Amino acid sequence: MEENITKENIRKKENIVYKKTNLMTDKVLSYCPGCGHGTTHRIIMEVVDEMGIQSETLGIAPVGCSVLAYEFMNIDMQEAAHGRAPAMATAMKRLMPEKYIFSYQGDGDLAAIGTAETIHACNRGENITIIFVNNGIYGMTGGQMAPTTLPGMKSSTSPYGRDIVTMGNPLKITELIAQLPGTYFVTRQAVHTPANVRKTKKAIRKAFENQKLKKGLSFVEVVSNCSSGWKMTPVQANKWMVENMFPFYPLGDIKVDRELVK
Amino acid sequence: MRELKLMKGNEAISEAAIRVGCDGYFGYPITPQSEILEYLMVEKPEEISGMIVLQAESELASINMVYAGAACGKRVMTSSSSPGISLMQEGISYMAGAELPSLIVNVVRGGPGLGTIQPSQSDYFQATKGGGHGDYHIIVLAPSSVQEMADFVGLGFDLAFKYRNPAMILSDGAIGQMMEKVEFDEHQPRFTEEEIRKNTPWATVGKTPDRERNIITSLDLDPARQEIHNIKLQAKYRKIEENEVRFEKIACDDAEYIFVAYGTSSRICQKAIQLAREKGIKVGLFRPITLYPFPVKEIKELSKKVKGILSVEMSAGQMIEDIRLAAEGNIKIEHFGKMGGIIHSPAEVVEVLEQKIIGG
Repeated sequence: MEENITKENIRKKENIVYKKTNLMTDKVLSYCPGCGHGTTHRIIMEVVDEMGIQSETLGIAPVGCSVLAYEFMNIDMQEAAHGRAPAMATAMKRLMPEKYIFSYQGDGDLAAIGTAETIHACNRGENITIIFVNNGIYGMTGGQMAPTTLPGMKSSTSPYGRDIVTMGNPLKITELIAQLPGTYFVTRQAVHTPANVRKTKKAIRKAFENQKLKKGLSFVEVVSNCSSGWKMTPVQANKWMVENMFPFYPLGDIKVDRELVK
Repeated sequence: MRELKLMKGNEAISEAAIRVGCDGYFGYPITPQSEILEYLMVEKPEEISGMIVLQAESELASINMVYAGAACGKRVMTSSSSPGISLMQEGISYMAGAELPSLIVNVVRGGPGLGTIQPSQSDYFQATKGGGHGDYHIIVLAPSSVQEMADFVGLGFDLAFKYRNPAMILSDGAIGQMMEKVEFDEHQPRFTEEEIRKNTPWATVGKTPDRERNIITSLDLDPARQEIHNIKLQAKYRKIEENEVRFEKIACDDAEYIFVAYGTSSRICQKAIQLAREKGIKVGLFRPITLYPFPVKEIKELSKKVKGILSVEMSAGQMIEDIRLAAEGNIKIEHFGKMGGIIHSPAEVVEVLEQKIIGG
């Protein structure tokens, strides 16, 4: 039995049970071990592939760790200035209402520098999809405090922990935008276990289906980790995320079919 | 058949945009140019040509809407006035970096800061030297009449797409607000997606099996590749400088002295020429129409023929730097400026010519 477990054998078509998604490029992911970006990229591309809409889908990459998202997704993409993706998505959808438009944004991008663009695109009810990856930190610039950094959480610009008196409160922007009449579907998910990955994929699929049905704005938050920025191992980071991030940012649907979930 | 209308400069911009097949306008109100957005909202161009008009939440949002629309190969534009244009510099720099064609209208008011709502030409440096961060230029057209406000919309889009570069109409509050007669061409249809895929193969309109994916970005983390990109941009600017200089000469043939002026101040200079010639002073007007590319060769030639140049600007003296560089120290060149929304009178222009250039 054991002699059959060779690279050659494993790579045989009949033995493959899991492979790279068609719409991911061959570029090796630049993300840290355990990071949720790679998984989130993958499930977006799976949804686009399964819906057969590659030629009609346009993505927007943010500024942050996923700034190079366009190198990994095999679709037409635009790189945004920091925080401006919802404004860009607005124009793209208005100019080409039949296309599928999504923005992919981190917490600093979406909830700090781009707050105005986020709120107004949501409030106008643009028929787009916003994917919001929230890991409570600025990853790419080296672990600075983000708008979603938890109270007491250490970062390179809150080295003694986030003091809400001087540094302000973390912003629950997802709950905030759920209050706006323009949003149709608002949900918060995670990608740290296979079960959660399946739920997130289902939410992203629903968000794209909503565009097809011209329902309005769908907003999918993915609570994620940052082992490098949090100074933890990938396993520790996931554990910390479950114990600290999820109580503050509880998973689940917040608004479905324009109705707040009670 | 050209159609004749009487309208404000700002309205002429909007009417021309509808007629040249512009796909989208994204803007935010600011005096003295709000008529551009208002006129478009009244006219409902979506029903005429399918052109989209959207009032954005800020100038930052507007310019990034333009960025995204341009990245889709669409003919998109925005307009604002000085403080709003400062906010847009981020997006303009990104568009220059990503080589996106677009049209930006600046109906200039006096600054700095919130300044005044009166006309000024104090954004010359910002418009012609880049304005935002990084080594870049945008094409800058300076209209001096309501007719040119209309004509430069189509010209601006054509140049922007020819060079994959943002273009700007640098007007001022006087030309934006004044009413004149203006002739328009018939409506042109907007480009179809098929035409966009053919004309602008780089545009992000959806990856089809027959081509690689298109990426619009101004980012390259590899310095060697970023340098190559910068060299390519610079080569493009040299080509623009070689091919796209536009200017007008009035009464220059026998002139011993020259006014150099654009936009509103060039109109003042036309009256000043009459007054000066009545006094026997042979003076002409050189009016740059493109401020970038600046008419360097033409000014250099002129500087070999005349005795002196007076730069007449509604600013503290910005264009004069380009005039002096072009003239390479050949002759005396002085500046006569007005600031804060004040416009020169023709008589004082003649007086300063006599004092600073002829008698100086």
